[in-house]
Amino acid sequence: MANKKLTIIASKGALDMAYPPLILATTAAAMDVDVTIFFTFYGLEIIKKGNADNLKVSPLGNPAMPMPIPIPTFISSMPGMEVMATAMMKSMFQKHGVATIGQLLALAQEAGVKLIACQMTMDVMGVKQSDIIDGVQFGGAAAWLDEAVDSQINLFI
Amino acid sequence: MSEEIKFDQYLDAKGMSCPLPILKTKKAVDALAKDQVLKVESTDAGSKNDMTSWAKRTGNEIVKTEEGSGLYTFYIRKTV
Repeated sequence: MANKKLTIIASKGALDMAYPPLILATTAAAMDVDVTIFFTFYGLEIIKKGNADNLKVSPLGNPAMPMPIPIPTFISSMPGMEVMATAMMKSMFQKHGVATIGQLLALAQEAGVKLIACQMTMDVMGVKQSDIIDGVQFGGAAAWLDEAVDSQINLFI
Repeated sequence: MSEEIKFDQYLDAKGMSCPLPILKTKKAVDALAKDQVLKVESTDAGSKNDMTSWAKRTGNEIVKTEEGSGLYTFYIRKTV
C-alpha cells in the first residue's frame, strides 16, 4: 500500500509560525506519511543557513501573546520588545521540553521530508541557493502542485 | 498489583513535549526486531491520544497503557 501524503506551504518566518509546519511534518513522517514542505516568502527564513534558531516573534499586532504583565500596544513597538518577546517564548518552550526549530528541521531532514525552496521568492528577496541549507530542492508552484494533487492533506501556513 | 509486562527496550520521554515523544518512539520502535516490546514513559498529557493514533497509523500494537500521577506508560509491540 502506498504511503499517505502531506504537503505544507510554509509562508511565515516568525518563531511561533515556524513550529506548526515542522511539528506536523516530523510527526507525519513518523506516522509513515510522505511529506513535502514548500518554503515561500518569509518561510524561507527557516531554511536559510544558520537561521533556524534565530527566528523572532513580536508582540506587536498579536494581542493574544501572553506577557508577564499587560503591555499597551504602543509599548510593543518600542526597541527591544521583539528581543524580549523572543527570549521569553524560547525560554517557555525550553522549560516545557519543546524541541527548537533547528532540531525539528534536522529531524525532518533525517526522516526524509522533502524540502522545496520557492525560487521565485528567493529571486525577489535576493536569496541565493548557497544561502539555503543543504538537501533542499528549488522549484516553483508546479513542483508543489505535483505533490499536492496526490496528497490527502495540503496545508497553507 | 498489575501484571508486569516484559519489555526489550526502554524510552524515557519524561519532560518532553509534542512531537518529541512520538518522534523518539518511532525511532526506538524502528530499532526493534519484530514482536519486541518498547516501554515508553511520558509526562505529556497529550501523549495518550497521540500514542494511540501513532500506533493505529503505523500498525504497531499498544499492549498496555498505564496512567497515574502525571505519568503515562506505554508498552508497544513492534508488529511490522
